[in-house]
Amino acid sequence: MFKGLQGALSSLGHRVIEGIWRIGAGARLFSYICFYLPESFKRPRLIVREIFSTGVLSLLIIIVSAFFVGMVLGLQGYNTLQKYGSSESIGVLVALSLVRELGPVVTALLFAGRAGTAITAEIGLMKATEQLSAMEMMAVSPVARVIAPRFWAGVISMPILAALFSMVGVLGGYFVAVPIVGVDSGAFWSQMQASVDFRDDIVNGVMKSLVFGVVCTMIALFEGYDAPPTAEGVSRATTRTVVNSSLAVLGLDFILTALMIGA
Amino acid sequence: MERTTIDLWVGVFLALGLAAIFGLALKVGNLTSSNVGETYTVTAAFENIGGLKPHAPVKSAGVVIGRVDGIVFDSKDYEAKVTIKLDKRYQFSKETSASIFTAGLLGEQYIGLETGYDEEKLQSGDKIKHTQSAVVLEKMISQFLYNKASDTKSSDTSKAAE
Repeated sequence: MFKGLQGALSSLGHRVIEGIWRIGAGARLFSYICFYLPESFKRPRLIVREIFSTGVLSLLIIIVSAFFVGMVLGLQGYNTLQKYGSSESIGVLVALSLVRELGPVVTALLFAGRAGTAITAEIGLMKATEQLSAMEMMAVSPVARVIAPRFWAGVISMPILAALFSMVGVLGGYFVAVPIVGVDSGAFWSQMQASVDFRDDIVNGVMKSLVFGVVCTMIALFEGYDAPPTAEGVSRATTRTVVNSSLAVLGLDFILTALMIGA
Repeated sequence: MERTTIDLWVGVFLALGLAAIFGLALKVGNLTSSNVGETYTVTAAFENIGGLKPHAPVKSAGVVIGRVDGIVFDSKDYEAKVTIKLDKRYQFSKETSASIFTAGLLGEQYIGLETGYDEEKLQSGDKIKHTQSAVVLEKMISQFLYNKASDTKSSDTSKAAE
């Protein structure tokens, strides 16, 4: 009984200490990345290659899911709005929910699943096969050569993907609202333009996706860099990337929304 | 993959992203109409602005010709002072009247301008003298009820007199 309590307490303590250690190690990695900022932009080719693997290769899933999300929003919104005789407002509904929330958040979740896992697995395997140690032996900093370009690529890709998501989603909503359901095309666009504000809605959405880009890429990089150099360790790190990124994105989204609406 | 292919794809990706942001700004957010061309500023004082908000449209004959720039409370006259930015292309007479209308039953509120007969035109910094406040629904209902009550009362007394 007493032993069980002791065991529970010490495992709790161990978890807290490890959590704090991980936060500290993550912050240290982040400061290293910022420290190598000029160096990584001196070799833009590395960043371009990473933008290809994180951004360009995520295009398909982002565009397809955005189109379907927009179409579903259009259908659902029409179903409810039509009861109040204001089905023309469907453009407002689709655009605002995409630009403010769904664009940045769903993109970040998809990004964590599509690109974040790839980053974690790649870096974890590089560590397991001692490629990172080999670089250090050759006096090449793995943070500058491997980690930092991936970070900047993720930070650049995320807002672009989120903007594409919102735009394609609006087109998906248009596709349902105008040709299928029969809302007037002029009313669809004009009501949307009357209530979507560039500064309050679009810029805030882009800012959100920028924050998500930093967080998601950082989590993916840290989990890979920190992964135990075994097959099991890499697989666990990949899982943790998805779980932690999703939780961080959803939690941060609430905080950011509260700040943006409250301000 | 070939180096040039990667470069090409990343270029396409960045171009698509920029196009999406521009598309959002122009097609969805309608950035153009809020600050197009040159404008001049006039003010108008209203007793009650109802639910009028900054950036609300200013219309004449139903056409958007400007935007509400700012609303402040004037503690000297206890009125709302509304600054309006009008498109330079449209000139209005000094005797223009401004009223606050509602688009539809529950829609947003906007300012409607009706020009007067004075030959002199409104200049930047001028004040629109003739204004009509927003219709406050509660006031209208209570006025209606009050009139109704006094109607029935007077008809009652006239009946009693007969």
